[in-house]
Amino acid sequence: MTEPLLSVRDLTKHFPVERGVVFTKRVGTVRAVDGVSFDLAEGETLSLVGESGCGKSTTARLVLRLLDPTSGTIRFAGEDIAKRAPSTLKPIRRQIQPVFQDPYASLNPRMTVGRILEEPMEVHEIGDATSRRARVHELLRLVGLAPYHAERFPHEFSGGQRQRVGIARALAVSPKLMVLDEPVSALDVSIQAQVVNLLKDLQQRLGLSYLFIAHDLAVVRHVSDRIAVMYLGEIVETAGKRDLYRAPRHPYSQALLGAIPVPDPARKRSQAILAGDVPSPMNPPPGCRFHTRCPHAAARCREERPELRELAPGHRVACHLAESIPTPLIPSLAPHPPSAAVAKRLAAYAARRAQAAA
Amino acid sequence: MSEAPLLDIRDIRTVFRTSAGEVPAVDGVSLSVAPGRTLGIVGESGCGKSVLSLSVMRLVPRPGRIASGQVLFQGRDLLALPEGEMRSVRGGAIGMIFQEPMTSLNPVHPVGWQIEEAVLAHRDVSRADARGIAIEALRRVRIPAPERRVEEYPHQLSGGMRQRVMIAMALACQPKLLIADEPTTALDVTIQAQILDLLRALQAETGMAIVLITHDLGVVAEMADEVAVMYAGKVVERGPAAAVFGDAQHPYTLGLFGSIPRLDDESDRLLAIEGTVPPPFNLPAGCRFNPRCAFADARCRETLPPLAPVGPNHIAACLRAPVEAIAA
Repeated sequence: MTEPLLSVRDLTKHFPVERGVVFTKRVGTVRAVDGVSFDLAEGETLSLVGESGCGKSTTARLVLRLLDPTSGTIRFAGEDIAKRAPSTLKPIRRQIQPVFQDPYASLNPRMTVGRILEEPMEVHEIGDATSRRARVHELLRLVGLAPYHAERFPHEFSGGQRQRVGIARALAVSPKLMVLDEPVSALDVSIQAQVVNLLKDLQQRLGLSYLFIAHDLAVVRHVSDRIAVMYLGEIVETAGKRDLYRAPRHPYSQALLGAIPVPDPARKRSQAILAGDVPSPMNPPPGCRFHTRCPHAAARCREERPELRELAPGHRVACHLAESIPTPLIPSLAPHPPSAAVAKRLAAYAARRAQAAA
Repeated sequence: MSEAPLLDIRDIRTVFRTSAGEVPAVDGVSLSVAPGRTLGIVGESGCGKSVLSLSVMRLVPRPGRIASGQVLFQGRDLLALPEGEMRSVRGGAIGMIFQEPMTSLNPVHPVGWQIEEAVLAHRDVSRADARGIAIEALRRVRIPAPERRVEEYPHQLSGGMRQRVMIAMALACQPKLLIADEPTTALDVTIQAQILDLLRALQAETGMAIVLITHDLGVVAEMADEVAVMYAGKVVERGPAAAVFGDAQHPYTLGLFGSIPRLDDESDRLLAIEGTVPPPFNLPAGCRFNPRCAFADARCRETLPPLAPVGPNHIAACLRAPVEAIAA
């Protein structure tokens, strides 16, 4: 196997919690990311999923070096960038570009879209004024906008169009890796589908690698090759998407997938629901962090922290009891095709759309 | 369906005054819900679903106003009530919970005090009794150690706990109808599952009706008995949940189904809806969905389609339905 494009090992980020204004005293530590390891191959999409506070966005920011890791390594294209001095990060930033959740907050309202797209090229000294302008038009077309949009300001666009601009800006410097932090969460479903389709098209055309951060497991299934499920700063399960959605092995993955409501009134979600809230990352439980909410927890789980172990090729789980926990029947994962009437109409819809596109 | 509706919204029209004249946010919507039932209203941003719920409560902010229509609640038209009487209906017989519990709770008072305020406003009880009712309400929404929690402030609670407090506050006044506007949108999926289960259990206990407003088709499928799909201020399809999901007729409903990635499906592309929702000041002529519709023809660009029966209790506003009959 060739070396992965991105290889993260034992990454940690601890935030100090301080009291006092003049004489500050450290009163605790938030273990936002606590020993995370994963690989991302070229052209691949790896998704980090989990609920609020699981550390997925912090991990994204560490990979982008918007935050300095407490410890661990981030090997990108063979080189550890975790400890690079900020002044030497510029060539790395050209290759790893972010797309953020809120397209309202991440575009400068006083710049035209053309300026927004030119700026990263200027910063990285790519091309001259004429070639940059040509590139702006090319980028706009690439993300499904029109060249005349370059003259407009962000407030003149809808949410979905703004996210397209955000994606075009990331593409301006021809990165290898895009770190997408909840890129479609703020969008309406019909617009979300447009942007998801666009991201898949771009990946195919440009050979991009995606590190995709999301909480919506249905969207994640659609975009990912592999998925890492996070809980309280740790990865509890990583697997290819087919394995994860067919047979999740970690009790937390099972609960997470089981909690998703299915758009089919005839099918009810499994009744076993995770009780309680996620514990505070300032004071995570000892042993397995999930044991306080786990229906299978045994004595060992309260004491000993489980390592990620390979259960099947490419399928790793951090659970002492993974072998003995049966894979539950999760109604939301069972096939629930649309009714014959709806399937027929969706087919007609797809046919009309294909016809219109041709 | 034979039971008299608890809430019967008739042809309501809510307009906002703008520099471009009065524009309709809700345009001739009729819906009803019977006691103990759940009506799900689905649609994307700007479809008018939240303005509709505010219209029912007569809380439409200026420069908006309800231009016409009736809101019959237990047979009385809420729009004709004097403001004083309306105030006792709000939070009394009709409870309401919103998406963001943090902005709906007062940060400078303990949550127990806030529930007591609501109880004192609507029920003839003493402050001491109100405290007891508040603790009982927190217990009913499965908050552990409610005697202690009443003393806590909103910022000390997690998002799921805050939404439970909002539900407890609404329930403390024994509402006949609960309007829930995106009650779980800000919550994580495992917490969402807890809250939805709680709402269902409380509905079974109290027999209240629920109007659930959401953009999440999964949540609607799980909760609703009846479903109304809204687009650009109008209901485009309405019927029993099984019919709307199993026999969807309107191309917009179909487009929503095509847009959601399915957990059981690995197909490569989503069947997205092209374009965006038109703003209310620039609505297209004819069917409001026609510029985005794969099936639109000349007639759709001229005629605003009426809601017409497409099945038992099932209506849709599409001139081209059923769409599978159209030659490709």
